[in-house]
Amino acid sequence: MREPMREEIGADQLHRTLKRLSHEIIEQTGDQGSLALVGIRTRGVTLAERLARTIEELARFRPPVGALDVTLYRDDLDRTGGARQRLRKTDIPFSCEGKDIVLVDDVLFTGRTVRAALAAIVNFGRPGRVLLAVAVDRGARELPVRADFVGRNMDVLPDEEVQVLFEESDGRDGIVVRDSPDFAKRHIPKNIPKNFETHPAAPEDSP
Amino acid sequence: MKPEPLHRKDLLSIRDLSPGEILFLLEMTDSFREVNEREIKKVPTLRGKTVVNLFFEPSTRTRTSFEIAGKRLSADVINISADVSAAKKGETLRDTARNIEAMATDVVVVRHPASGAPAYLARELRCGVVNAGDGCHEHPTQALLDLYTIREHKKDFEGLRVSIVGDIARSRVARSNIIALGKLGAEVMICGPRTMLPAEAESLGARVTTRVEEAIEWSDVLMALRIQLERGGGASFPSAREYANTYGINRKRLDGAKPDLLIMHPGPINRGVEMSPDVADGPFSVILEQVAYGVACRMGILYLLAGQRSATSADVPGAEAPGADASTEDGSGAAAAGGGAGETRKPEVENAVAR
Repeated sequence: MREPMREEIGADQLHRTLKRLSHEIIEQTGDQGSLALVGIRTRGVTLAERLARTIEELARFRPPVGALDVTLYRDDLDRTGGARQRLRKTDIPFSCEGKDIVLVDDVLFTGRTVRAALAAIVNFGRPGRVLLAVAVDRGARELPVRADFVGRNMDVLPDEEVQVLFEESDGRDGIVVRDSPDFAKRHIPKNIPKNFETHPAAPEDSP
Repeated sequence: MKPEPLHRKDLLSIRDLSPGEILFLLEMTDSFREVNEREIKKVPTLRGKTVVNLFFEPSTRTRTSFEIAGKRLSADVINISADVSAAKKGETLRDTARNIEAMATDVVVVRHPASGAPAYLARELRCGVVNAGDGCHEHPTQALLDLYTIREHKKDFEGLRVSIVGDIARSRVARSNIIALGKLGAEVMICGPRTMLPAEAESLGARVTTRVEEAIEWSDVLMALRIQLERGGGASFPSAREYANTYGINRKRLDGAKPDLLIMHPGPINRGVEMSPDVADGPFSVILEQVAYGVACRMGILYLLAGQRSATSADVPGAEAPGADASTEDGSGAAAAGGGAGETRKPEVENAVAR
């Protein structure tokens, strides 16, 4: 049997990963006047705030942070019953006009959230560039989307859910993988990608 | 009390809603308000959905508000008013509505002089129905935007004192507000001449007074209602001037009010009758805020009702060809409508979001 939940990455390791991501973002965007972070609700916002803080420590400037709720831009509202779920506020207290916008999300999976975010962001001015930063890339994309800054590439099974935990919302930092049949029912694409079929089943026979 | 998601095909009355559902709709209003404050006030959410405003009574605010709400969500919005519709040629309400639905409409917003007309249509139609005011019954979206406006200023409903002054008995706005405020724990006082107070006022849990000074002194929030001459309001008092003298809200009467009293009015105002211009345009007044929040409130409702799987799509059992409608005369009507309504919809997984 697989463990229902396994710790993939601890707090220290996550901190190092965030620091590396911050370095990469500074390297790519350089100019402090033009960089802004936009977190995708909800965990993307926490992550964006963390990155802004680390960037401030490293480069002595704090990029502005906005929050984006992409629910109104999703293409799967009819399918997920999304219309009944909670809608949160978008709060982007700056103009995106000409800026280097780094979209921030916790886990990159199908790419649909990112597509929705791209559709949403252009309503707040025309960005000079849009980049994507994620804590985890778990593969299985359904759209031609890729991240510019990736914390971790993780191979997980289709019925597993990856969660990035934050002190602010979860009481501790880290990344966990959960067994989640519910999650699988909702999200497994009809054509499961090959790499999932060949992926070793479970760590049960490992010592 | 916590917000709880709405699982409904229609929005017909405040009485139907649980306190949690009301809070959910207020939270929704808050989210959509942000869209209205953007430079580009449009989101693609209801692209390909159709909303029909079916108004059998005059209206500027409510109809425009629903129209703007639908358009900002990218739905196609069509307005039909009674004086230009085939109702003039003698078509029944049911036939009008079923023909509109046959054109693959997702939501019908109904205003009608007969109490219960939207509820009747909700049973007859597979698409969502929103009550935009029915006779002397309810006007739920008005109450929701009023609640939202109040909460913006007063934060908490528990123990809040709200008085409603005017023609209570014939007012659907008053009825919806009394019920809604009661559900959220506010205290309500109604005030007006005896001829305008409903017989069952106490059963709604409201205090009653005929002295407007008492209502003003007691209140945190004061809602003045329009004197509705078209619903026979004129027979309840001798003249507009006498009403203004006895019940009109004017600057002088507000001397006894709390310093942070909120003045509201659902519109349209009879200036100088139920409210003097210096009060309507004065510092306590939030009347235009009510109108602004009304759009956000209706966006939330259209999003909830139309943002579901289209009810008119071919896979709904019992969906007849549009042409079959014509043969559905009175007697056979019930059988034909049998396959309709919400039961055919599949349950959906809550909170399901693909990343």
